[in-house]
Amino acid sequence: MSDWLKVGTLEDVPVLGARVVRTGAGDIALFRTKADEIFALDDRCPHKEGPLSQGIVHDKSVTCPLHNWKIGLTTGEAVAPDEGCVRTYPVKLEGGGIYLQIAAKPVSRAVG
Amino acid sequence: MREKLVVIGNGMAGMRCVEELLKLNPDLYDITVFGAEPYGNYNRILLSPVLAGEKTVDDIMVNDLAWYAENNITLHANKTVVEIDRRNHRIVASDGTVEPYDWVLLATGSDPFVIPVPGHDLPGVITFRDIHDVDAMIDAAGQYRNAVVIGGGLLGLEAANGLMKQGMDVTVVHLMDSLMERQLDATAGGMLQRSLEERGMKFRLSTETEAILGDGRVEKLRFKDGEEIPADLVVMAVGIRPNTALAQKAGIHCERGVVVSDTMQTFDPRVYAVGECVQHRGLTYGLVAPLFEQGKVCANHLARRSYASYQGSVTSTKLKVTGIDLFSAGEFLSAEGSEEIVLSDPHNSVYKKLVVKGDKILGAVLYGDTGDGAWYFDLMRNSSDISEFRDTVLFGQAHLGDSGTGGEDRVSALPDNAEICGCNGVCKGDISAAIVEKNLFTLEDVRAHTKASSSCGSCTGLVEQLLASIVGDYSTSPKQKPLCGCTEHTHDEVRQTIVSQSLKSIPAVIEFLDWQSPDGCHVCRPALNYYLICAWPGEYSDDQQSRFINERAHANIQKDGTYSVVPRMWGGVTTPAELRAIADVADKYDIPTVKVTGGQRIDLLGVRKEQLPAVWGDLNKAGMVSGHAYGKALRTVKTCVGSEWCRFGTQDSTAMGVDLEKMSWGTWTPHKFKMAVSGCPRNCAEATIKDFGVVAVESGWELHVGGNGGVKVRATDLLCKVKTAEEVKEYCGAFLQLYREEAHYLERTAPWIERVGLAHVKDRVVEDAENRKQLHARFLESQKYAQDDPWAERATETSATETVTREFQPIIELESV
Ligand code: SRM
Ligand SMILES: Cc1cc2nc3c(=O)[nH]c(=O)nc-3n(C[C@H](O)[C@H](O)[C@H](O)COP(=O)(O)OP(=O)(O)OC[C@H]3O[C@@H](n4cnc5c(N)ncnc54)[C@H](O)[C@@H]3O)c2cc1C
Ligand code: SF4
Ligand code: FES
Repeated sequence: MSDWLKVGTLEDVPVLGARVVRTGAGDIALFRTKADEIFALDDRCPHKEGPLSQGIVHDKSVTCPLHNWKIGLTTGEAVAPDEGCVRTYPVKLEGGGIYLQIAAKPVSRAVG
Repeated sequence: MREKLVVIGNGMAGMRCVEELLKLNPDLYDITVFGAEPYGNYNRILLSPVLAGEKTVDDIMVNDLAWYAENNITLHANKTVVEIDRRNHRIVASDGTVEPYDWVLLATGSDPFVIPVPGHDLPGVITFRDIHDVDAMIDAAGQYRNAVVIGGGLLGLEAANGLMKQGMDVTVVHLMDSLMERQLDATAGGMLQRSLEERGMKFRLSTETEAILGDGRVEKLRFKDGEEIPADLVVMAVGIRPNTALAQKAGIHCERGVVVSDTMQTFDPRVYAVGECVQHRGLTYGLVAPLFEQGKVCANHLARRSYASYQGSVTSTKLKVTGIDLFSAGEFLSAEGSEEIVLSDPHNSVYKKLVVKGDKILGAVLYGDTGDGAWYFDLMRNSSDISEFRDTVLFGQAHLGDSGTGGEDRVSALPDNAEICGCNGVCKGDISAAIVEKNLFTLEDVRAHTKASSSCGSCTGLVEQLLASIVGDYSTSPKQKPLCGCTEHTHDEVRQTIVSQSLKSIPAVIEFLDWQSPDGCHVCRPALNYYLICAWPGEYSDDQQSRFINERAHANIQKDGTYSVVPRMWGGVTTPAELRAIADVADKYDIPTVKVTGGQRIDLLGVRKEQLPAVWGDLNKAGMVSGHAYGKALRTVKTCVGSEWCRFGTQDSTAMGVDLEKMSWGTWTPHKFKMAVSGCPRNCAEATIKDFGVVAVESGWELHVGGNGGVKVRATDLLCKVKTAEEVKEYCGAFLQLYREEAHYLERTAPWIERVGLAHVKDRVVEDAENRKQLHARFLESQKYAQDDPWAERATETSATETVTREFQPIIELESV
């Protein structure tokens, strides 16, 4: 099991918005809901790989910017009638920091 | 303990209401349903195709018994309710079943009317209302030869057609001298009669039945004039009567139907009613579409949302006899003050008539070519002003300039693998399958489940036809469409409420208007954001998270997640320095594609999101600003070279274009807004397909509005002619502001003008000079807050924009360990 890695703080992500964590294997999108929950999903729509981080966030879902598929943030599953699923990552908030469970280390800017 | 809701009647209206209720709140009630028929619930309107052998009973089931079980609904099928005991709050059925209730939904439909002539109760005399009747007809067709249908209305003709298809010799007896006289005028009725006669149907018009004769079973019919004709089966289809017996017995106020209020409540507040049994504002209905609207309103109140209101419906009729196209809506006979516009081509069996009063359509009768029925119906329902195209209105919508994807009008002729929705690649077969398997009834359902018609919408007509061919015709949609699935309110209601209640943020609107989702969706949030910007310029602070990504990032997202950047080129004019700066940016950031757009400027395609601020910074330094190629905003102002160079030019169209662009860039509009200025009527800038087009002439300028060159090409309407350049700007600003204040979000000027009528726009902008000046002033006022280049803001990271700009960077970069 990988370790929890701090990737940023809650303030870094806009309410009802998203930021991406760049990794060698593609981006992971961090979404923040109105209730300040954070979810982490692959930033690739199951439809045609649209960047979900650029979509409109509402309740616990995001609408993909390319063709409006709706993806549930809790499960990563597309809302019917669309079918498909994106990978989700374990994420937690602690003392205002966002922690992602992933086997990696930062390469670019340091996070405080 | 949940409260108990007892539904009486499991027909189309009652069950639709229950479905709507389950959608809103599945857990509120313990639901029990009584149905006099021994089935789940089925699509009654498809009994005609079942009789004609085109469908089976299984095909028309909407909810089978399993559905009731899955939704925890107790169904007492085959049990007729005989009493509503209002005092003790209980329902009593004929077999002695007793159910207590907290709330009752009455949906008993109607009873077919039986003429009480002697012999009406003989075996072999039936009506046409349910599966049982259809079974009886098919059974009779197997044994006997002669059928008589009494009644030449919609139902009677569908019954007669079905019986003929089942091999019987059919005579239709009708009291009046013309068929379907409640929907058709005599000409259309005559054409209908002839084509049915060609198929072998016989008619006795202006004929009254005196008696039905037979020994143990019907044998013949005797008319008032004494003549007798053989009959082994008699179908009475002379009308229906709202089934009010039960309500009357319980002392609930009834007139022709059970009287309900706009919330579908009867005079007993515990009892709601929907469907054909109901009388609302003095009217009863015998078609499905209004009943569905009633069901939706009633569900809203049963679910205690308590805001929907039923305002009555306008209905249209089609005859479901395969191969005969007939459409009728509204008032089809001209009366005092109205006129008829008629096209009659008996040789080709085509007849079209519109009844018009003033500039509005009151009714339509179409025979032979019904392709434009839905369009006329829309014009009628919206009370649209048709004065601008009155002279061609009978030739149909295509004549208005519908090119592009239109044209294919017979969906039935297409094979299953024909692509219906070009945007989402959905084939006819996929849509049909979804309609059948998922029980879809409306266009909205089909959009949600298949994506067909959910993008550009040009296939909507085909999808509607397909729906109609599978589940029957529900073409009446509610008079006013809600803004989106999160609310029942319309665009106009929302806009008015924002202003009247001084609502100044999206959460405030969502709360005040009781949205059904906590923070809206991708459809309503951008709309609300725009309405707030328009209502409170300078005061409302734009909600970035409610903007579509293109507007949030001020660049167009591409299929691979990169962006395109289009700097403004005022009026399509550029300089070597600008071109050099663009070339430098393309080199510096390794931008893969540089393309000249259809809007007279240059597009840099394939820019990565994190490069955007720097690219903008460089373009800004060279004096260029955002072209808003991504926004519901002013796009380009195309120009031609005009009098400065062209040998035909009458005015300086280029300078005019630059001025208009400088005046209006940066404005947010309901949908994108494009302009063009041509220097003479040769019109090289294509001004007559723009939202606002200017054509210079010797004596001044012609102003054109409402053009569109996209999905559906529409040439502009001439707004007026003006003399001076100052006037052009004033009219342009006023027109823009009227559009900004009145159009629905995502409505281009073309459909907006078709909806409100050119006359309305002329009233506000041309005739009323004072109003024009005010609109223009309001436009300029709003521009004070709109003309900050969004690129400059984001390229130079000030603390105010820091939260916005940092979104362009990843939060962190990781490498795997
Ligand atoms: C870039 C450009 C094509 C080109 O390479 O020439 C273009 C590209 C797009 N057009 Fe367009 N349209 C472009 C000129 C046009 C024109 C021609 C014109 O403006 O003179 C039209 C027809 C004129 C009109 O709008 O009436 C046009 C009618 C459309 C439509 C249909 C609009 C309609 O009302 O029917 C859409 C779809 C929409 O807006 O919903 C559309 C949508 C799009 C989108 C935004 C599709 C999307 O949502 O991603 C494309 C964005 C690509 C990008 O990232 O730049 N584009 N588009 C042109 C940009 C012009 C500019 O300088 O800003
Ligand atoms: C052959 C045919 C073709 C039609 N074609 C069209 C068409 O093309 N387009 C269109 O819009 N409309 C059409 N209609 C009309 C449409 O079917 C009706 O408007 C619609 O079904 C009415 O719905 P409802 O729920 O009010 O009544 P119904 O669907 O009749 O349902 C009422 C139900 O209540 C039951 N019931 C009554 N009293 C009691 C009681 N005391 N206890 C228990 N149960 C009871 C009845 O048995 C019935 O099942 C057609 C109708 C017929 C018969
Ligand atoms: S640029 Fe316009 S026409 Fe071309 S593919 Fe995109 S939307 Fe379609
Ligand atoms: S890529 Fe996400 S909806 Fe198409």
